[in-house]
Amino acid sequence: MSAINFSPSSLKEGRWYEYLVRFALGGAATVFTGLISSRYGASVGGLFLALPAIFCASATLIEKHEIRRKQEDGLDGRRRGEEAAALDAAGAALGALGMLAFAIVFSLMVECRSRAPSSARRSHGWSSRSRVVACAARCGQSGGGRSQPKQRPRGFHEAAEKQAMHQAAVEAFAFNQAPGS
Amino acid sequence: MIEYLVRFLVGGVMVSAFSMLGDILRPKSFAGLFGAAPSVALATLGIAVYEHGANYAAQQSWAMTAGAIALAVYSVVVCQLLIRARLRAAPATLLSLVVWLIVAFGLLTLAGGQS
Repeated sequence: MSAINFSPSSLKEGRWYEYLVRFALGGAATVFTGLISSRYGASVGGLFLALPAIFCASATLIEKHEIRRKQEDGLDGRRRGEEAAALDAAGAALGALGMLAFAIVFSLMVECRSRAPSSARRSHGWSSRSRVVACAARCGQSGGGRSQPKQRPRGFHEAAEKQAMHQAAVEAFAFNQAPGS
Repeated sequence: MIEYLVRFLVGGVMVSAFSMLGDILRPKSFAGLFGAAPSVALATLGIAVYEHGANYAAQQSWAMTAGAIALAVYSVVVCQLLIRARLRAAPATLLSLVVWLIVAFGLLTLAGGQS
């Protein structure tokens, strides 16, 4: 088993238009997936996230590079090109398992994240509703207390209670109307 | 329109980056791993989370598991066509797309995900 190493010089083997084709193909595949998702829904669109359109282009380019290299040495290079593309395909089979792991982990992580804030929002909504009750109770207590230092005008406690309840209700309503709550 | 322009640019950059990484790595079988890198998925799922929310992206990535299994089968079929049937890379990869479509949609239908 040979060691993994970098060979930056292999970038020089490619022609400028080959990189342009890859860029265009990658962009087109992403746009195509978006169109499929909006037309047929998330499930079918998700399927096309693993479309081997890019692999077709890269395998063809690898074959072409190997043939070109062998032809420079005066050999046919066709068989060598096919073998290089086959090796790339064998690597892609393992890469597909990595992609499978990526999809499972991403799906689980996104689901966990989407659950956590919604439960927090639910608890916040619950707390704002309970604040209405607590505030009403507090106002009621202060209204009915014996040791009042000052005599309030008649109807003061009822008005304060109503105002506090109204304020808390407005807060709770505004929060519940917020997007995502 | 702007959404699709962003998709095109982000997808193009991601795919180019992964394929260049595959080009500079040796041996070839290891570089082939990047042929199945989730470059389109990274671009699309990022936009999906931003635009449609987490549940939509989770649904997409769940369906992507079927596509990934189909991609593994597709890669094995391409490898066999190149070595045993001695086809050129372009016809082998294009013919095998039929296998990918059958396996991917078969798994999605089995999982009941076409709703």
